[in-house]
Amino acid sequence: MSTLPTKRDEAWRYSDLKALERIWPVPVPDKVIVPAGKAERLSLVQDAPTGQVVVRDFTIEVGVGASFAMQLVNAGGQFGRIALDVTLYEGASFELDAAMIAGGEQTIELVTIVRHFEANATSRQTVRSIAGGKGTVSYVGKVAVSRDAQKTDASQSVKAMLLDRGATANAKPELEIFADDVKCAHGATVGELDAQALFYLASRGLPQAQAKALLLRAFVSGLFDGSPDEERFTAAIDAALETLL
Amino acid sequence: MTSPHMTTESKMLKIENIHAEVDGKPILKGLSLELKAGEVHAIMGPNGAGKSTLGYVLAGRPGYEVTEGSAVFDGRDLLEMAPHERAAAGLFLGFQYPVEIPGVSNLQFLREALNAQRRARGQEPLSGGDFIKLARAQANALGLDPEMLKRPVNVGFSGGEKKRAEMVQMGIIDPKLAILDETDSGLDIDALRAVGAGINAIMRKPDKAVLLITHYQRLLDYVRPDFVHVLAGGRIVRSGGPELAHQLEAEGYTEIAA
Repeated sequence: MSTLPTKRDEAWRYSDLKALERIWPVPVPDKVIVPAGKAERLSLVQDAPTGQVVVRDFTIEVGVGASFAMQLVNAGGQFGRIALDVTLYEGASFELDAAMIAGGEQTIELVTIVRHFEANATSRQTVRSIAGGKGTVSYVGKVAVSRDAQKTDASQSVKAMLLDRGATANAKPELEIFADDVKCAHGATVGELDAQALFYLASRGLPQAQAKALLLRAFVSGLFDGSPDEERFTAAIDAALETLL
Repeated sequence: MTSPHMTTESKMLKIENIHAEVDGKPILKGLSLELKAGEVHAIMGPNGAGKSTLGYVLAGRPGYEVTEGSAVFDGRDLLEMAPHERAAAGLFLGFQYPVEIPGVSNLQFLREALNAQRRARGQEPLSGGDFIKLARAQANALGLDPEMLKRPVNVGFSGGEKKRAEMVQMGIIDPKLAILDETDSGLDIDALRAVGAGINAIMRKPDKAVLLITHYQRLLDYVRPDFVHVLAGGRIVRSGGPELAHQLEAEGYTEIAA
């Protein structure tokens, strides 16, 4: 793509296009190819300093019977975008755990296309987002199931937490299914911190920011339990929450 | 030095003519009450009298607005303080319905809470090891399996376990003043006895005070109050000694509150 995208492009509809101009054209996508029968994983922490613009594209091919697990924290920069284009072959598996945090005037987004190209592949996407200040967090995720991809098992779980009135969370799971024997689950919720829980924590002595951080860490914590990079993720989340609260 | 110190110490909580509303609806209408150190007071009253509201107002729950009156706790203006500051100053509210907090373990929550209080008071935070020891001892004292402290706060706890857990929290935090809102509700007789013994062990001390908010006489068999007050229509309508609780049980609120 050589011309700048517009809001009319589905994959860019929530983006900070003004910020994007500053780094356009974006770098070519990283290529990940998982050979048949192999299992691989990738951890990514996007915690660029304030004001920066970061666009990371990945094209990922998961071979026959192979599996790929990706875990990421997307929290840095004025505009931080991570886009994944995943193709799954026969019996392949793809797992994604993603935490996104936006505060100030940040725009943080995750755009995924998961192509179930052949039969019996599974994909699971779990996304937890937090937006405060005037920040925007967005998830645009498409699951595309080809005609031959029978027994596809795909799920998208997207939950977002809004901390302030000016904050925005977008969640747009999308399905495009051409096979007839598939299971595609998706759920999206947007909520705010439980006032009762906050008061309970405060009544035991926790100052507001600390009480909020505790609840927000709990909101995203399940994602990285037992991950080899758990500490790195936790540290990135704590740092982002500290700026936010 | 000694005598002014003693005076502030002995007057733990002084509530004067408190008026409070929730969603614009007046609930407390001129409530006055005084607790001295070393005392246990019980507040009884019919449903809707404002008992829980009193607890929330004193702990500073958002949405419970004080429109008139004052509350002085340990020489400080309670109503000026944020909820966490009231906790650090030594006030503890035992919830009628303890809140479930998925994803946050009891140990993590209580350690952060206790150390936040200690920092606020200029004390050193407790180390992990010392904290675990304290937490285990308090759980054992209340007959709560210490393993449960590793689980998320109140999640999957039975009604009785939640109330025991509240008392374990109280034991760990070691407050000056405990306001216990229907801590006896939903307890079977064994749990009631354990909770009663816990309250006595933790709070029956010359430098502490307890305000028991309750519907029934039965908790008062285990934690004997020095004073009993009847709350009706948003104010204290009658005060007396422990015998008043028995009289209420026998005659009902309508008679007494009239």
